[in-house]
Amino acid sequence: MDFFQTLMALLESTIRVSVPLIFAALAGLFTERAGVFDIGLEGKMLGAAFAAGAVAAVTGSVGAGLLAAVLISVLLSLVHGFASITQRGSQIVSGVAINFIVAGSTVILGEAWFRQGGRTPALSGDARFQTITFPFAEELRGVPIIGPIYADLLSGHFLLTYLAFAMVPISWWILYRTRFGLRLRAVGENPGAVDTAGISVIWMRYKAVICCGILCGFAGAYLSLAMNAGFVKGMTAGKGYIALAALIFAKWRPLNIMLACLLFGFLDAFAIRLQGNPLPLIGQVPVQLMQALPYILTVILLAGFIGKAIPPKAGGIPYVKER
Amino acid sequence: MSDIAIELRGIDKSFGLVHANRNINLTVRKGTIHGIIGENGAGKSTLMSILYGFYQADKGEIVVDGKTVTIKDPNAAIASGIGMVHQHFMLVENFTVLENVMLGAEDSQILNTSIAKARVELKRLEREYALEVDPDALIEELPVGLQQRVEILKALYRKADILILDEPTGVLTPAEADHLFRILGQLKDQGKTIILITHKLREIMAITDEVSVMRRGEMVATRPTGETSVEELAELMVGRRVLLRVDKGEANPGAVKFSVKNLTVRDGRGVTMVDNVSFDIRAGEIVGIAGVAGNGQSELLETISGIRKAVSGSVDLNGTPIDMTGNADPRDLRDRGLAHVPEDRHHVGLVLKFEESENSILGYHHDKRYLNGVFLNMDAIRADAEEKIKKYDIRPPNPRLRTANFSGGNQQKIVLAREMERGPDVLIIGQPTRGVDVGAIEFIHKRIIEMRDQGKAVLLVSVELDEIRALSDRILVMFAGRIVGERAPDATEGELGLLMAGVEDRKEAAE
Repeated sequence: MDFFQTLMALLESTIRVSVPLIFAALAGLFTERAGVFDIGLEGKMLGAAFAAGAVAAVTGSVGAGLLAAVLISVLLSLVHGFASITQRGSQIVSGVAINFIVAGSTVILGEAWFRQGGRTPALSGDARFQTITFPFAEELRGVPIIGPIYADLLSGHFLLTYLAFAMVPISWWILYRTRFGLRLRAVGENPGAVDTAGISVIWMRYKAVICCGILCGFAGAYLSLAMNAGFVKGMTAGKGYIALAALIFAKWRPLNIMLACLLFGFLDAFAIRLQGNPLPLIGQVPVQLMQALPYILTVILLAGFIGKAIPPKAGGIPYVKER
Repeated sequence: MSDIAIELRGIDKSFGLVHANRNINLTVRKGTIHGIIGENGAGKSTLMSILYGFYQADKGEIVVDGKTVTIKDPNAAIASGIGMVHQHFMLVENFTVLENVMLGAEDSQILNTSIAKARVELKRLEREYALEVDPDALIEELPVGLQQRVEILKALYRKADILILDEPTGVLTPAEADHLFRILGQLKDQGKTIILITHKLREIMAITDEVSVMRRGEMVATRPTGETSVEELAELMVGRRVLLRVDKGEANPGAVKFSVKNLTVRDGRGVTMVDNVSFDIRAGEIVGIAGVAGNGQSELLETISGIRKAVSGSVDLNGTPIDMTGNADPRDLRDRGLAHVPEDRHHVGLVLKFEESENSILGYHHDKRYLNGVFLNMDAIRADAEEKIKKYDIRPPNPRLRTANFSGGNQQKIVLAREMERGPDVLIIGQPTRGVDVGAIEFIHKRIIEMRDQGKAVLLVSVELDEIRALSDRILVMFAGRIVGERAPDATEGELGLLMAGVEDRKEAAE
């Protein structure tokens, strides 16, 4: 097989599977930078995917589906916020609880409403995101190297795909170039400094959690409205956890997050491609090994190669005023 | 315009059953430095937190500049012209000075515009008050003295006319403290009002115009500083006469009981915290280690007590050489006659959720006296605890009370009783009186001297220079992980202060 073609196909699917990771990891970036750890990315994404699939199926409108995804995800974020910011509960427990609740209730509700074994009805036409073809994509396809890169790699993705990649510099700009970002990062490092400066720590953290909800909503909508035509139970399949790994791996920095997500996406795409195909020299590799690679890689790289990943100092600790 | 900056009328505040402030009245005149002094837990910090909007008073009125104000949050305090320099700096360590100064007082949504404005304003403040600091330096790279300056700049940036400083000198060298006092004097000359909270009588006498004394939630007296004395203030603070000087006789040093040899310790990041340190302690003497917090004293203590591993070096304990790079562990060291009173009693010395009796045997719980086969013999443990409670006057005298419910001084006595009553040959004590009230300090100091007179070798590490000078028979000064000099206890504070600031010992350098 033509090596170039294989590579292009591999990169193309890398982009495709990286999108939800990028959204989710950026979502995690906003809350964790504000000091609220969020292991519930997975649950929020799944809830959003279900809401998007269900609403799009009923209304036939992709826009309504997207809106529902964002709403549900923000709502779940607020539950996490209420438990861990207002009630000062354990952020891990709250996140895990959300994951379980969503995993179960999406199946129950899906079965009750649509009776398709936990699926939502298959979407088509306006109920689903369509790919965007850049101008002259077809005409330029014939140009060697540049042509396929333009036509297949850059053109022909969903709106949400472009949004995901655009969110990387946007998130950076928000975090490092705006007052909101300065305060958000401060609240994750030393909430006392923010409180004594006359800013509400609680409200700042809620804002961060809401940002997280919106981005997780995009991630979920992408799964059921773009990448697939409808919701399938458990369709996030651990992407929320991979996004968390990418976040740590990227040391809580936006550009690194994109690179980490692309790397993990590439491994994922590679694993799919490899199914059934033996590797030269090595031979048949169990697909489970490839699927486990992102996690193994995170552990190995964090253990020594990229140095210590230092989380935001106040991360995971509910803010209590000192006497 | 009135010449009263702040007036508090009948401030009252309770936390559950704790009556932290009772009917407090306080008048602070404009353009003065007003000291507030009191023991730990006297209610100073609560009062200031009310003034800064962290808490609301249950009753009472706050009058700022002639107007009655409600201060419901720090924002309202800032709006009334009140600024606060906290004991634990409220700075974001990985932000720059500029970012910290403008945090919460940014001019626009976009950071660059705010930064530009803040930079101009900061320059102006620096010129006006001679408070130089590099606006682009990261906080974590600044020495504490400069970090504190950033805190002051933060308040001035918010146009504070009244500055509250909460225990500002705890982390400073004597020279840095003097510098701070000069800055405060300057601020006063420019018309600012300063409220200085401290438990150090000397500071009160040195720079305040007036002083108010708090005791058990009440304001017991206000005096013009010129008309009072250290003795009177101490008596007002404690409510009875206190012995400020420690009575101690001549030391009779015997044989060397404990020596540290070429000890080097690195922290998790690989930074050398203890750098080739060697010293001896003889039986019947107290060796004090002076130094500003963070110069390797904590790491030294942790290493020689077996909690932390050294990169190289050893100790001789009772004549037995022990390699500190590997097999030394706290239990082994204890069995060989070493006792350790850790610096941080909350995290290392005690389990706050345990009852008093459990803490009073912690680390010695494998002793046969406290065991019934494999089980703990609770009756024996409680009887033992009661004995210690009596001997060390621990209050309340209840071995079944949760340790968290004891005051700081009594918690420290629990640790001291545990370690001293074992009759160790070598006693290592870190910060024996941190967060301990004056009455208990007196008791603890007496016990430490008694240990010496019983022929124990005592190592005392403290950031309180007065304490080191009062108790030690020899003083070692630690700076940047090294012992930079040795002095007799009659060395002047200035001399020790220079060593603590890292000014090399000329005598030794010449040798």
